[in-house]
Amino acid sequence: MISGVGAGFISAFWSNGPVRVALAVGGGAAVVCAVVGLSTVMRRQSFAGHALADISGAGGSAAYLLGINPLLGFIGLAGLAAGVMEMAQVQEARERDLVTGVVLGAGLGLAALLLYLDVTLRSVSNAAISILFGSMFSIAPSIVPTVLTIAVIALAASVLVFRPLLVSSLSVDMARAQGVNVRTASLVHALALALAVALAAITVGAILATALLIGPAAAALQVARKPVSALVLAVAIGLGATWGGIVLAYDSFYWTLGHGWPVSFFIVMLIGGAYVLTSVLAHRDVGALTASPLSGCQER
Amino acid sequence: MFAPFMLHAWIVATLVAISAGSVGFFVVARRASFAAHALPLGAFPGAAAASLLGVNELWGLAGFAVLGVLAIDQLQRAGRREVASALWLTGALALGMLLLSLSGRYAESVYGLLFGNLLGIDAAELALVGGCSVVMLVLLAVIARPLLLDSLSRELAAAAGARPSALELLFLGVLGIAAAIAVPVVGALLVFSLMVGPGSAARAFTNHPWSALALTVGISLLTIWSAIALAYVSNWPVGFFVGVAGILCYVVGRWRGGAAALAHSL
Repeated sequence: MISGVGAGFISAFWSNGPVRVALAVGGGAAVVCAVVGLSTVMRRQSFAGHALADISGAGGSAAYLLGINPLLGFIGLAGLAAGVMEMAQVQEARERDLVTGVVLGAGLGLAALLLYLDVTLRSVSNAAISILFGSMFSIAPSIVPTVLTIAVIALAASVLVFRPLLVSSLSVDMARAQGVNVRTASLVHALALALAVALAAITVGAILATALLIGPAAAALQVARKPVSALVLAVAIGLGATWGGIVLAYDSFYWTLGHGWPVSFFIVMLIGGAYVLTSVLAHRDVGALTASPLSGCQER
Repeated sequence: MFAPFMLHAWIVATLVAISAGSVGFFVVARRASFAAHALPLGAFPGAAAASLLGVNELWGLAGFAVLGVLAIDQLQRAGRREVASALWLTGALALGMLLLSLSGRYAESVYGLLFGNLLGIDAAELALVGGCSVVMLVLLAVIARPLLLDSLSRELAAAAGARPSALELLFLGVLGIAAAIAVPVVGALLVFSLMVGPGSAARAFTNHPWSALALTVGISLLTIWSAIALAYVSNWPVGFFVGVAGILCYVVGRWRGGAAALAHSL
């Protein structure tokens, strides 16, 4: 048996096929989520991002029923829901909160039904677990190129609208004066958000995807003073948590004899830890709170 | 449908609808949908922990609901309400999943806890749910007036001598109790649908807060009774019907609200 850390562990880790797939897919998802998450947190769309992730679970469940790859299901439903929410164009914050909640409820109800049908009609007994909580070590190697292509598209879309959105989240009038088409920019952002959510959903599962989307970005925004450093820090936290989680989950097979702990558990806990750490840092350094140009955009 | 083994389900569902409905009115007024979604999900590991320790599920749920209230209250003092709820709920879900995976009873118990399960409510649990609902309703009745004032205008409430931070904590506490008793029946994922849906419909029919509160409870009862009846007949999960009823309520409310605004402008 291989002992905890050492040359044997490392070579076994790297030569393991599912681990390499998980590292590639998880890495892509983490980078995209960190970038898209930044504008999501600054635009105060955390609840919407979370709702999209949960709703995409219904798409994953439908994919099992139809016998297609879950990734397609996640993308399909996340895209549809993002489009509906963007088209509904609810301006007032109170109403937006309510619409998001009600649509989320309907999406979850649909997921409940589809998962029930997965179990009864297709006898996929573990569908609920793998769709809602992720199953990184059983991702088909064949979808890695697709995942990375989607990651590049989402990144490009997000980088393209990052600056216009930053300006418009500070002041819509100022953005219009600078010639920004606010409507198009937020539609492109909604598309990037849907893709990011779908990638997060195959990585850590539909109902845990929020952690990957919101956590690294929110943590970075607490301590960073400039948008660029927030971006770098968010990507670093996302990648660190995802890859660290994979290493810990791989190692956990030796903790409780042959029964590995879930990867998603480690990833979510590492992200939560990073957020708590940056909170402590931000509060110790009170100057950062008042001086940071970004802190104003995320206060509720 | 009204066989003896279903009797407990009907009684518990009625208690759940009354408590969730009355809290739901305030959830809509205070636009706290996300907290109402995060608290029941945050209680999820409680059920898993209880099954590991071999105690009644409800104690675990209530314990974690209290933890959730304190965590969200503490985290949102930093000024980021949405992020606080999001991180609490994903952390709690991940913990619950770990506990269930370690306890070895995975797939079917996860499904039941997330999407609801009607059967398996015994007499002892019934008494516990009854007790919790009474405590919750009394607490809500005590804070109802300042809470409503605070939801409408924070300045007015402060002028009347209310402490907003204490009110918010008490409100989250009431929400937590309502969530804990509703999770086993409706499922952690859809409890908030039962709170938000009826509240969103009721506000379109009356402008008077207390009659809106009564109407919310009424719609909530109607929602859960029909969801149980349909679930019993079709064998589909209760949560599905609650989720669909939620969006129906909202659409009816919007349509009615739109019609009323149109009539007013004419």
